[in-house]
Amino acid sequence: MGLLSKKATCNTHGQDSSYFLGWEEYEKNPYDEIKNPDGIIQMGLAENQLSFDLIESWLAKNPDAANFKREGQSIFRELALFQDYHGLPSFKNAMADFMSENRGNRVSFNPNKLVLTAGATSANETLMFCLADRGDAFLLPTPYYPGFDRDLKWRTGAEIVPIQCTSANGFRITKSALEEAYEQAQKLNLKVKGVLITNPSNPLGTTTTRTELNHLLDFISRKKIHLISDEIYSGTVFTSPGFISVMEVLKDRKLENTDVFDRVHIVYSLSKDLGLPGFRVGAIYSNDDFVVSAATKMSSFGLISSQTQYLLSTLLSDKNFTKNYLEENQIRLKNRYKKLVSGLEAAGIECLKSNAGLFCWVDMRHLLKSNTFEAEIELWKKIVYEVKLNISPGSSCHCNEPGWFRVCFANMSEETLKVALDRLKGFVDGPSSTRRSQIEHQRLKNLRKMKVSNWVFRLSFHDREPEER
Amino acid sequence: MSQLLSKLASSDKHGEASPYFDGWKAYDNNPYHPTHNPHGVIQMGLAENQLCSDLIKEWIRKNPQASICTAEGIDSFSDIAVFQDYHGLKQFRQAIAAFMERARGGRVSFEVERVVMSGGATGANETLMFCLADPGDAFLVPTPYYAAFDRDLRWRTGIRIIPVECNSSNNFQVTKQALESTYLKAQETGIKIKGLIIANPSNPLGTSLDRETLESLVSFINDKQIHLVCDEIYAATVFAEPKFISVAEIILEMVHVNRDLIHIVYSLSKDMGLPGFRVGVVYSYNDVVVSCARKMSSFGLVSSQIQSFVAAMLSDQRFVDNILVEVSKRVAKRHHMFTEGLEEMGISCLRSNAGLYVLMDLRQMLKDQTFESEIALWRVIINKVKINISPGSSFHCSEPGWFRVCFANMDEDTLQIGLERIKDFVLGDKASKNKNCNCICNNKRENKKRKSFQKNLKLSFSSMMYDEHVRSPKLMSPHSPLLRA
Repeated sequence: MGLLSKKATCNTHGQDSSYFLGWEEYEKNPYDEIKNPDGIIQMGLAENQLSFDLIESWLAKNPDAANFKREGQSIFRELALFQDYHGLPSFKNAMADFMSENRGNRVSFNPNKLVLTAGATSANETLMFCLADRGDAFLLPTPYYPGFDRDLKWRTGAEIVPIQCTSANGFRITKSALEEAYEQAQKLNLKVKGVLITNPSNPLGTTTTRTELNHLLDFISRKKIHLISDEIYSGTVFTSPGFISVMEVLKDRKLENTDVFDRVHIVYSLSKDLGLPGFRVGAIYSNDDFVVSAATKMSSFGLISSQTQYLLSTLLSDKNFTKNYLEENQIRLKNRYKKLVSGLEAAGIECLKSNAGLFCWVDMRHLLKSNTFEAEIELWKKIVYEVKLNISPGSSCHCNEPGWFRVCFANMSEETLKVALDRLKGFVDGPSSTRRSQIEHQRLKNLRKMKVSNWVFRLSFHDREPEER
Repeated sequence: MSQLLSKLASSDKHGEASPYFDGWKAYDNNPYHPTHNPHGVIQMGLAENQLCSDLIKEWIRKNPQASICTAEGIDSFSDIAVFQDYHGLKQFRQAIAAFMERARGGRVSFEVERVVMSGGATGANETLMFCLADPGDAFLVPTPYYAAFDRDLRWRTGIRIIPVECNSSNNFQVTKQALESTYLKAQETGIKIKGLIIANPSNPLGTSLDRETLESLVSFINDKQIHLVCDEIYAATVFAEPKFISVAEIILEMVHVNRDLIHIVYSLSKDMGLPGFRVGVVYSYNDVVVSCARKMSSFGLVSSQIQSFVAAMLSDQRFVDNILVEVSKRVAKRHHMFTEGLEEMGISCLRSNAGLYVLMDLRQMLKDQTFESEIALWRVIINKVKINISPGSSFHCSEPGWFRVCFANMDEDTLQIGLERIKDFVLGDKASKNKNCNCICNNKRENKKRKSFQKNLKLSFSSMMYDEHVRSPKLMSPHSPLLRA
């Protein structure tokens, strides 16, 4: 249809991919403990639903924040009119402090270098608009968040060239992989403008090591390109090794007054750490004033609502709250992670050892019919349609090895997680096990009936052959 | 350093390096306050609706359950906090569709499934451009037009704006002839026109389109098979005839028109005075555009907290009906107060029936009919008269001497003071004209109709001091016209 733009008619938004098809299946048949116990359990959604009670109880104690009031005075009008793209100063201060707290106060952030955006989705796209022209490329380590295909490329016209990472070394970014990716881009006649990493990684759930960060800084310094570090999961690090932000490495290496400092940009959001994706709170942090200036202007296309800024400025300025929240959230994430990992182990399934995120990177290579992506999709379809779990196949994350799946653990109740793990175990143990459990299930049903009717039958039950119990 | 950035980031297509920001700077450096700073600059360059916030506040007080953060509403907190589905909350879309219908007197109905969210009307306009045009394509825009269209329509999208000139001889109405000739000229130079975008009611004119004009616009785009984007964000501010007619109504009657070409932009920023809440809407009759715009809305979703609040407020039919009446009434009152005040001092405005501003005719005060004189007069008004108003050139007006003045973003007393200051300036100017002029001065009424200008008019500037520097501020003024209309 020449009537519309190429963007409207292409599929660079990437939404025809399997990642989204699983979601559609879930939408058609969503699990509900009571209303739909046979429905599909959503394990493809990296949401943090573990700590709402902490925010809700804070709200109960802080009615002013909820009611457009400051010190008892109504500021409704002020908020209703506030659309300054520089953002509410109290909110930016609170965000800068919170980001610092997330990094153990080992680095500090200047609120004037923070740009507020409608979610990390908008932040990432905006950075692309600022750093890359149409046809320029950014290098991304695989596997990566499927949404990047849309966020980084769709309207910007930028390209992604993968930095291939493999399970041979736990999917770590190596010097040679960086160089190969750069060469690959050159072969494709693409001008590389930078590297984008997610730290902690989605879908791996691992934090980037200091070694990797050093390699990256050396690389971008040599090539005179940018580094974007998407650190939206920084508050979800629940065990060692801890989180190291690229900002810390710059500081430790005393690079603050060098060129490379201005070419490092961070993306942040409250969607994962605080579990508030609906509020659309994202941010770009850049040491480059030009980037801050351009990105600030572009944020007009997706500002954070003033009401949300105000609410969160009061929430995040409460240091007691933030300290307690970060600690408690991490404890809960760790517990969930352990439950998922042990449940998977019981089914003979291993995960990549991870220390962060809202998901595990699960190794199901041994369940593949063949070492191919076709087999991976075939397995994935079984898991969605038969086992009724929506998980994300590695190919949707551009993983270059078939058999890996991302499984989320923080977006459902503990009971639901248990049900999911039982289903998975049932599936892995095989159809005969399924049949066995069906017989057992039937027997228990009959038993219940018998118990109710006549105690005599109980005697006859004990006379049955042992293997039929 | 800047060659490391994209061309977009290094260009000035965002439009913010223009001289108009001096007015904003003057205001920022010296903002009026009735008690703390009574001689400060009065902000009359901001098209905001502050007239009905009392009604909204009252509703909020009576409806604590509408907020997810209050004790009454907290049970919804977690569901709303996680909700980021780009379809938007169904009740939000229903409430928006219903509100849009009521603002059009119930004469049209809007489908809930076609309501798509965006980051304000700013986001909506940009999104539509991304959907309808490729880089290098063009959109026709009648002048004068909202200054920020230059950024919103062109900056990141790479599309071009082809202005369709309108002039005061017919009150700046867009004519079929102007459209046809502009279209033809563009075609001849090989420019691909993808559509026409028009604000109805207009900013800065403050007029709403009458039926014939709308019909002829729709015929024009249908004839050329190009898109029509109607930015209807001031719909509820219409206070006099002609009553507001939405393009939605026109296509009900013009059944042969290709509906795939028709798109509406809406927002709660002007009608409801809630620009801070970033509620923008793309409403398209084209299914592919709805689908595409919806995916793009990921880049500027309406915060779920706001969706939930707006859903509750706008489903209250009594509230909606009342506020729509009040907006119109209060805008009318301000408009009359201001225009009558101006008339008394011999200043006329473009006759208008909508909007939060008027287009003031100061052509007779220009040294000569040039834009340089317009800017010179404007600087005097900012620095000497101490009111920030917007010169017509910032809206790409083809004739110098018109200034947009806002009247709904302050209280009545402040507006009165603004009028007083204008009066002093105008009368002072007339006094100096009387001293210097060798010609017969026209009386007040004839000034409105006059065609020839006083050749020997001289404004006495000697006592006025103004800075002739054009300064591009390094950091954007927070009150820049490109942030707000």
